[in-house]
Amino acid sequence: MTASPKRRSYMDKETLRPDPSPETGPEGVNTVDAAEIEKFAAIADEWWDPNGKFKPLHKFNPVRIGFIRDRLCQHFDRDPMQPNPLAGLKILDIGCGGGLLCEPLRRLGAEVTGIDATERSVKAAAAHAEQMGLTIDYRFTTVEALAAEGDRFDAVLNMEVVEHVADPEAFLALSGGLVKPGGLFFLATLNRTPKAFALAIVGAEYVLGWLPRGTHDWRKFVKPSEAAASLRRADLAPLELTGVAYNPLKDQWRLAPRDLGVNYMGVFAAA
Amino acid sequence: MEQADVIIVGGGMVGGALAAALAKGGLSVAVIDRERPADQTLPQYDGRASAIAHGSKQALAGVGLWDGPDGLAPHASPIWDIRVADGHILDGVSPLFLHYDHREIGADPFGYIVENRRTRITLGAAMARDDRIALYAPYAATDLKTEAGYTELTAAHTESGEALTLRAPLCLAADGKFSTLRDWAGIKLTGWAYDQTSLVCTVRHEEPHHGVAVELFLRGGPFAMLPMTENRSNVVWSERSDLARGYADLADGAFLAELQTRFGDWLGEIELVGPRFSYPLSLQHAETYIGDRLALVGDAGHAIHPIAGQGLNMGLRDVAALAEVLVDAKRLGLDIGAPTVLRHYEQWRRFDNILLAGVTDGLTRLFSNDIPPLRLARDLGLAAVDRMPPVKKLLMRHAMGVVGDLPRLIRGEAL
Repeated sequence: MTASPKRRSYMDKETLRPDPSPETGPEGVNTVDAAEIEKFAAIADEWWDPNGKFKPLHKFNPVRIGFIRDRLCQHFDRDPMQPNPLAGLKILDIGCGGGLLCEPLRRLGAEVTGIDATERSVKAAAAHAEQMGLTIDYRFTTVEALAAEGDRFDAVLNMEVVEHVADPEAFLALSGGLVKPGGLFFLATLNRTPKAFALAIVGAEYVLGWLPRGTHDWRKFVKPSEAAASLRRADLAPLELTGVAYNPLKDQWRLAPRDLGVNYMGVFAAA
Repeated sequence: MEQADVIIVGGGMVGGALAAALAKGGLSVAVIDRERPADQTLPQYDGRASAIAHGSKQALAGVGLWDGPDGLAPHASPIWDIRVADGHILDGVSPLFLHYDHREIGADPFGYIVENRRTRITLGAAMARDDRIALYAPYAATDLKTEAGYTELTAAHTESGEALTLRAPLCLAADGKFSTLRDWAGIKLTGWAYDQTSLVCTVRHEEPHHGVAVELFLRGGPFAMLPMTENRSNVVWSERSDLARGYADLADGAFLAELQTRFGDWLGEIELVGPRFSYPLSLQHAETYIGDRLALVGDAGHAIHPIAGQGLNMGLRDVAALAEVLVDAKRLGLDIGAPTVLRHYEQWRRFDNILLAGVTDGLTRLFSNDIPPLRLARDLGLAAVDRMPPVKKLLMRHAMGVVGDLPRLIRGEAL
């Protein structure tokens, strides 16, 4: 594992626009006090509204969960068609937001930890999980704090996060260090190509209005080769890279193994 | 309080098949039904037989309801030919008619005729056998309330009054044309009554039917003879409601004589087997199939005229689509009661159901009259279809239920 020379946050505050309310600092928020549940349930409703501002993520969710489930089942020799195929696996979701990935993975049997640098998201996620009757360890913390604690996971998910951080290379290397030997690292992000600029910025933000303008900064998109190089510093070797493409006729996302030009996902194995 | 992945209200043909499909896909299912299981299989409970199209048969086979010792196969009578003609046997059937022969499109029959009672017996046995299915009967639903993460159904035993509480992420209403859950959810209906009543009975005949289904368009409504096992046919005689009441009141002998004038003599002597039934006909369609952690399935969502023998097939296509959507969602760990999941089901089924409701409604209006120019036009239409192989093939494939964006079960694939 390669740590950054200075212990600073890799989160880019400007892009993430964290909650302006004073925060007490990154600590565990896995216990939510009853009075706060209602307040954060409203925020959770925003995250979980399939027609709300996270609509694109809801559309994208089935394809990425399927990818994660299938690759984990393959790697850990499980049957994805059986109930609880991920039972017993410790999974970390970095940048968990409202818990859109954590909850399904928990339902598939995994022990899930979700971390996010935005306190209100973590609290909203915890409130929603409670409503759903799911036990998920949500923490308002950073990758570097977690790395320092020494926790390691069978799988670490870095999904649609790296394009929002200030120093993607260091962030990836540090995240990669949280994988147990023999475990898997999942990455999903946007490629820095002209096509990605046309589709993800001009198309999604300006023409279709799927995302608020300014959601993404093309210059921060990460090429697969750059991601692989950063992860190699954490002793992670690429197993598979696949594109993800949108089918406008079916209004569905699907894996597009040969088209990594815009959205792509990758699996990396820890030695 | 009992918990399950899914609550199904109504354990009839659609509810039972849905329970079997979901259980096959690994979901735990709680079914409640107002009737005792034994009462639903009595000869006087339901005298109808249903056409089970090729696609529906594949779906039933896919969830283990077709083959095997309790399966439907031994009780299913294949339909090899469909003959559609305009007019009264005695008044002279129009020489222009439509003849669907299965050999024009392949080796499979169009479908099968199975007595509803048989389907109910098979489903009852399947529900009792499957340890993923808990059947609560006779219980009547008393309330349904939805919380953030689940829905809770309360019910009472129809005799002892004993209360039952079920909790699940999703409740499915398979409680039929007069669905209580649909009313509770405030889902409105569109549609109209047909002023037609179907007189239904089973007859045994001297001569074999050779797997031919016949539909005659008489002025009061369509008259269908559906081939059953053991040299029997199920008669669905749709008639203007005021006249139907009169025919229903006739003694068996007089009724049989009326029947014979319509039946003709090509099957020889006929005799009544079992009781006679009458069912008033209407078209109804729910404005939406989904609500808050709720989905309508089968007749609760749509009821159509039996003119094309498609009612149960529509219900079974709902079952196959809904089971696929829910099983896929469950395998992804998604909340199976979430709006995104339910909307997928609704979008998938709504168009097909509206299309079929429209077609059956159009056919009913077109054929249930005796206006000469209209009669000529429709006869020419039938004859034209009969002489246009591509159109005819498409219509035949529709009759088999194998057209469109089909669920895996209908295509004969594993869930």
